[in-house]
Amino acid sequence: MNVWTVILLASLAVLVLKLLGYLVPPTFMERPTPSRVATLLTVALLSALVVTQTVERDHQIVLDARLPAVGIAAVLLALRAPFFVVVLSAAIVAALLRLAGWMA
Amino acid sequence: MPATESSAAVRASLAVGLAVSAYGVSFGALAVASGLDVWQACVLSLFMFSGGSQFALIGVLASGGVAAGPAAITAAALLGVRNGLYSMRMAPIIGGPWWRKLLAGQWTIDETTAVATAQPTLRGQRVGFWVTGAIIYAGWNLTTLIGALLGDLVGDVRSYGLDAAAAAAFLGLIWPRLRSLQPIAVAVGAAVVAAVLIPWLPPGLPVLAAAVVAVVVGITNWLGSKPTAPGAGAA
Repeated sequence: MNVWTVILLASLAVLVLKLLGYLVPPTFMERPTPSRVATLLTVALLSALVVTQTVERDHQIVLDARLPAVGIAAVLLALRAPFFVVVLSAAIVAALLRLAGWMA
Repeated sequence: MPATESSAAVRASLAVGLAVSAYGVSFGALAVASGLDVWQACVLSLFMFSGGSQFALIGVLASGGVAAGPAAITAAALLGVRNGLYSMRMAPIIGGPWWRKLLAGQWTIDETTAVATAQPTLRGQRVGFWVTGAIIYAGWNLTTLIGALLGDLVGDVRSYGLDAAAAAAFLGLIWPRLRSLQPIAVAVGAAVVAAVLIPWLPPGLPVLAAAVVAVVVGITNWLGSKPTAPGAGAA
């Protein structure tokens, strides 16, 4: 499997899921459980991705400059900063900490 | 007045569409940083067109490479499940022939659904959906290209803190969803599951394993609000 295969298969899967909703009888969405699971699925995956992107390196948990950078991102999000500012600030904080030789 | 309804919907579409388009720069830059080329980043935005799924795919590929391909596809697809929920909500609003639904399908994402369903009239809902979709589709693809070209210039990912930026991007995507106890509990549970499994499973799989937390909490409705819909008598 190469990167193009991954990209095309994943894109197809995401598109099919979008189209599926237009085919399913509308009564399905009135049931609370599928709707709740779908909503919580998003939360669970995003949360797990926050964790792995923050602390995973080469199959291990590594605490480095990413952790304070994500901390700053959380503060900025709490202050309602725009998405792009949050992402850019995290990059700058991590880059500066590494430049200073801390928490490489 | 139909004109007033439409212009309110257009205003909402512009506000949301322009704000979201800026995310594309982060996506393009991070996609290249995680090993994709500029073309691959752009094809993802053109074809997949769903921020959460796109970030998930490049996030898993960044940590596991092509070997984590199946996990990356699964993570992207699982994050795309909610779009199917949105299209069920949008189907009666869009209406019309099948080709219109096909086009609407590609644009059925968080933002278009949010703008459309916030409008009080059917006409406003339709205008809101299509205008938001058009702005975001154009903006997201353009800014992905800009971000990917910028990322291509940058080079070494870690010294510029782009790995931390990816983590912050996921935090930014989850933040607005943590408004009540149940999603917060799921987020914490999923974070713990993923962290514990990192040393034990190949890259990408800890993320998928964390999805189990959502399924369990979703089915049992642990910490959930009681059903309030009229006539919803089922426990």
